[in-house]
Amino acid sequence: MKLILALIRRDLVLSYRQGGGAGSALGFFLAVVVLLPIGIGPDQQLLARIAPGALWISLLLSVLLSADRIYQQDYEDGSLDIMTMGPVPFEMVALAKSVAHWLSTSLPLAIAAPLLGFLLNLDPATILPLGIAMMLGSIALSLLASIGAAVTVGLRRGGLLVSILVLPLYVPVLIFGLSASQGPASGPEIATAALLILTAITLVSLVVSPLASAAALRSYLK
Amino acid sequence: MILSGGNLTCERGGRTVFSAVSLSLRSGELMQLTGPNGSGKSSLLRLIAGLNEQASGTLALEDGHGDLTIGQQAHYIAHQEAVKTALSVHENLAFWRDFMGGGDVGEALSAFGLSRLSTYPAGLLSAGQKRRLALARLVLVPRVLWLLDEPTVGLDSASLDRLVKVMAAHLGTGGMIIAATHVPLGREPDTRLELGASS
Repeated sequence: MKLILALIRRDLVLSYRQGGGAGSALGFFLAVVVLLPIGIGPDQQLLARIAPGALWISLLLSVLLSADRIYQQDYEDGSLDIMTMGPVPFEMVALAKSVAHWLSTSLPLAIAAPLLGFLLNLDPATILPLGIAMMLGSIALSLLASIGAAVTVGLRRGGLLVSILVLPLYVPVLIFGLSASQGPASGPEIATAALLILTAITLVSLVVSPLASAAALRSYLK
Repeated sequence: MILSGGNLTCERGGRTVFSAVSLSLRSGELMQLTGPNGSGKSSLLRLIAGLNEQASGTLALEDGHGDLTIGQQAHYIAHQEAVKTALSVHENLAFWRDFMGGGDVGEALSAFGLSRLSTYPAGLLSAGQKRRLALARLVLVPRVLWLLDEPTVGLDSASLDRLVKVMAAHLGTGGMIIAATHVPLGREPDTRLELGASS
């Protein structure tokens, strides 16, 4: 457990010192959210209606933007080789790196998104449900991104391929995340059901992602 | 403790790199691995470390730790140094200590003359210093089998002496070393393994 924490801490320090992680994702997110109202025009009602969807899509794309970096550097400098020889199963390494990606990139975005919703005239009543759904959904986003990053780790500029591979996996998160975020607008029963399904997706990702990522990475190291 | 491999065959990308290689290494022995470029020296080391899979053959560490794989009882030092440029020299080693369960960072640094550079960002190190930082893992984390792939590349003569000393100490305490190198390692290797010319 201590060594998993050491790995997470190292990845957080690296992403903080090298920039790239949370910084560029947050910048991209901010750019979309600022530009969207300008592009759509000053129709406040229209903005309020599309705000949750726009925020979710911005979140997905921002997470994708940084996804291919999860394993890239450790693969290129040989750290992954050494990590397979560590005392813990390689799956735990993959899980730790996904958690570090979530903490450094997805979680800050999920926290910032509902606040930046003011730029999109987001209905104040939906801030809380949106925040909860994004917090939950962002875990799944990082875990799924880890699979895509692992599958393309040996390819230089694999970013495009990551997007193509991971986007279909993101669609369920988007659908249920969005209906869970509508809060009072779509009725409490639907929001609750959607939130439960979103939780289920996150839990399934939690199991599948470390296994799939580790398997993909192992086959690359060979 | 005996590391024994029988009839090892390695394939990479559909091509047979080497076949029918057998080796045997006892506690306290140094094996020198030689052969022309492309003969599979690195592949053999990676295979022993568990990073490659052998196409056929057997590989076992007798009297080793039963629950652990050979890779988990080995160090693998290769061309890629696994050094994080954004971390300081000390932080780099401190991470590997926490991750692999090792000992004293200060001792490992001084074994390779890096104590003075402890707080230095690893990104500013020269190639030889980076190599020494990678080699410091050997001292930091006690593991019985050392797999060294061209360990002397980039080292000056003083650092080479340090490496020779560290290797001698390891062999003296019953460790095993397989080194793929053509440079004399300060002592006569106990066994030599020459991999054949590639076709």
